[in-house]
Amino acid sequence: MVADLVSLSLTAELFPNGIYRYAVGGLLVGLGAVVIYVGTGIAAGASTFLESTLSYVSKQSRFQRYRSSRDWRIVFTVGIVLGAAVYAVVWQGGTWTTDVQPWRLLVGGILVGIGTRIGKGCTSGHGVCGVGSASRTSIVGVMTFLVVAIGTAQLVQALGVTP
Amino acid sequence: MDGNRHPLFMPVIFVGGLIFGFGLGFSHMARPEVVLDFLQFDDFGLVFVMFGAAIVSGIAFAVVPRVRDSAPLTGDVYGRRLKSFDRNVLIGGAIFGVGWGLSGICPGAAYASLGIGNVTILWAIVGMFAGAYAQGVWRSQRAPRETASIDAD
Repeated sequence: MVADLVSLSLTAELFPNGIYRYAVGGLLVGLGAVVIYVGTGIAAGASTFLESTLSYVSKQSRFQRYRSSRDWRIVFTVGIVLGAAVYAVVWQGGTWTTDVQPWRLLVGGILVGIGTRIGKGCTSGHGVCGVGSASRTSIVGVMTFLVVAIGTAQLVQALGVTP
Repeated sequence: MDGNRHPLFMPVIFVGGLIFGFGLGFSHMARPEVVLDFLQFDDFGLVFVMFGAAIVSGIAFAVVPRVRDSAPLTGDVYGRRLKSFDRNVLIGGAIFGVGWGLSGICPGAAYASLGIGNVTILWAIVGMFAGAYAQGVWRSQRAPRETASIDAD
């Protein structure tokens, strides 16, 4: 009885918003990747789009190597935007805007753009498809960016940067 | 991969993207605040997003190659997503980690964030393109020793 109460309050503390939205959302993210994999054999990730799209405007060899996938990556990304828009219209009840300061988004974005491309993947490439493939490289990659991100976020918080 | 693609190739990519993006919206991962709450240990819900997605894809990566040899729309052999391991995985991962921890945004979630009407996220999207461009120019200038492997991240 007491143990039940303790575990209940602990759960409430760790998951103040419950787990339903997270679990269902996660299953759907995985399902989206699976649809593409089953149909095409492609293990899709989200960050290559940055470089493949740059191949339209830059002749740099680094971007041109992704030329053959640049068209479908745009379709994939437009799908992501519209899928989230469906959620916003039907469940969210309109638009939502972040309060996180623009400088954090810009500087963070620059580092994300550099890091995901040098590190061979992001949260979807390494985190969903790579971990799903039991790839040791991806598991190490995820552990690296997760630990560093936790450290960074805690430091930013400790410095009193908000929102 | 290019040239004569199956007519259903793009629609399947699009539908996969729709479900993927809807999931990012539904899970609230498209909101930087929610990601920052997770990284700051205020709400561990995001564990379910990452592991839930990895488990679902893990089942497919394990089962599909045993059922079929190649994908119907491309003829590509079903494989796993395996990248070679080198220093870059750690260096890039650490740089990405700092950016993710500072902004609460990663690429897929940033695209989805635009979809939920978060116009402010354009700062992050512009930043990601700038960062990807900078590393691309720098790496193109250096001796192109690396063998090109075109696959998805």
